[in-house]
Amino acid sequence: MPTSENASAADTSANVFTVRKFNLWYGDHHALHNINMDIKEHSITALIGPSGCGKSTFIRNLNRMNDLIPGVKLEGSIKYNNEELVNSDIDVSKLRKEVGMVFQKPNPFPMSVYDNIAYGPRTHGVRNHAKLDALVSGSLKAAAIYEEVKDRMNSSALGLSGGQQQRLCIARALAVQPHVLLMDEPTSALDPISTGKIEELAMQLKEKYTIVIVTHNMQQALRISDYTAFFLLGDLIEFGPTEKIFSNPEDKRTEDYITGRFG
Amino acid sequence: MSISSTKRKIYKTTMLTLSNVCMAITVALVFFLVIYIFVKSIPYFTWELVSTSPSYLNDTIGVLPDIMNTIYIIFAALLMVLPMGVGTAIYLNEYSNRPRVEKVIEYCIETLAGIPSIIYGLVGMLVFCQFMGLQTSLLAGALTLMIMNLPTIIRTTQESLKTVPQSYREGAFGLGAAKWRVIRTVVLPSCIDGIVTGCILAVGRMMGESAALLFTAGFAHNLNGFFDAMNSAGATLTVALYVYAKEQGQFEVAFVIAAILMFMSLAINITASVLARRIQRRKEA
Repeated sequence: MPTSENASAADTSANVFTVRKFNLWYGDHHALHNINMDIKEHSITALIGPSGCGKSTFIRNLNRMNDLIPGVKLEGSIKYNNEELVNSDIDVSKLRKEVGMVFQKPNPFPMSVYDNIAYGPRTHGVRNHAKLDALVSGSLKAAAIYEEVKDRMNSSALGLSGGQQQRLCIARALAVQPHVLLMDEPTSALDPISTGKIEELAMQLKEKYTIVIVTHNMQQALRISDYTAFFLLGDLIEFGPTEKIFSNPEDKRTEDYITGRFG
Repeated sequence: MSISSTKRKIYKTTMLTLSNVCMAITVALVFFLVIYIFVKSIPYFTWELVSTSPSYLNDTIGVLPDIMNTIYIIFAALLMVLPMGVGTAIYLNEYSNRPRVEKVIEYCIETLAGIPSIIYGLVGMLVFCQFMGLQTSLLAGALTLMIMNLPTIIRTTQESLKTVPQSYREGAFGLGAAKWRVIRTVVLPSCIDGIVTGCILAVGRMMGESAALLFTAGFAHNLNGFFDAMNSAGATLTVALYVYAKEQGQFEVAFVIAAILMFMSLAINITASVLARRIQRRKEA
């Protein structure tokens, strides 16, 4: 796909994910067709497109969450750094430690704020109390929610507001010290103020992490992302630097979508 | 056609009267049963009767061994049925990805639930008492009760596993947790209420069971410690009730036992509703 090669030529920083000729089937339904994409380090890549276009399906391959869905068939190649993710026998637990995920609906566990954040580190064997304390407060600060929860570390996370819960989930993902953060429509269940906070947070976090975000909000993609990928009916129509996609798209369908003619 | 025709009024009154009569009969039956048992048992309710073993030398009767046997057998059966039932439910809901095998297993469980208890007794006697050589003993009885109550535990656990939001599992998997850790630390704690409900249902059924235990646990009224009791024959309250009433003609003792059983099932029901309310409140908080 010429557009993806253009994008990689324009930027010399390292690829975190290299996707080549990637196909996915749910049973007999061919859901993703021949996807090629390079995801750059310390950038925000936005996946946009109308509902059912395959953007959420795609992002879930980057940390092998599709393993949980029976009847999924994959073909092609997705390399994380230099490791093959497609149909390979890798340590999925280790991959997910490096490639964290934030979901569409805030999903804190029914535990205390502290235990939510400590869940990941404990999963990966951190037992030392001082170290856990440091990870918990560090992650909460990084997710810009520390001030709001510092006095209620031991009360249930389910008592927080939706926006707070989502930032808690971001903190929970950061606590395992990932390299990449996948965000699957992280603001679609939130009010505008909470959305603004999450967007600001994402832009701060890209200094340290690589972020891939699925969004159906084009303004959001335009505001925060460096690269944009436009999906339609399982095809990657266009991929490139965000300003180019939004100002001078090559494909007619991209133009129609971003100008609001459909979707 | 007039809207408030006389025919319609008569029809309405008749149906209302009929349903009121049905309700009255039901309530009257329940009250009659409860009051009858209390009236019959209260005159014989002595501390000695509920706190001693029967003695031929003193010619006294006591139901303490039967009370203890009931508690022992329920405890032992729960101890076995819980891990098996919860384990099966976890397998079916969380691990198995072969829908056809699941269907077959679930069909077997349904069937298991519908078999009359006396058949469990017969098979329990042949398999546990004779083939496995456990003789007539509380252990054989507890094993029989375990099999009888497996469906209850499996089904209630499955139901509550299904209510745990998929997003909890995804959240934990997304952090790199392995399957068993997700189940142990996120899924099971969120469905503990369903498991407790299943246990309470099972305890109620075990307490009321007599047919299967007539075959497997026996009729003895000896007071033993837990482990000795497991190895020896012993009557539970329901079996003792049958023996006292039918074979010894001691109806007053039978009625006292009936009253004790009623108290126990009342206690179980109250515990269940208190627990359910407490869990509900904790979830809303």
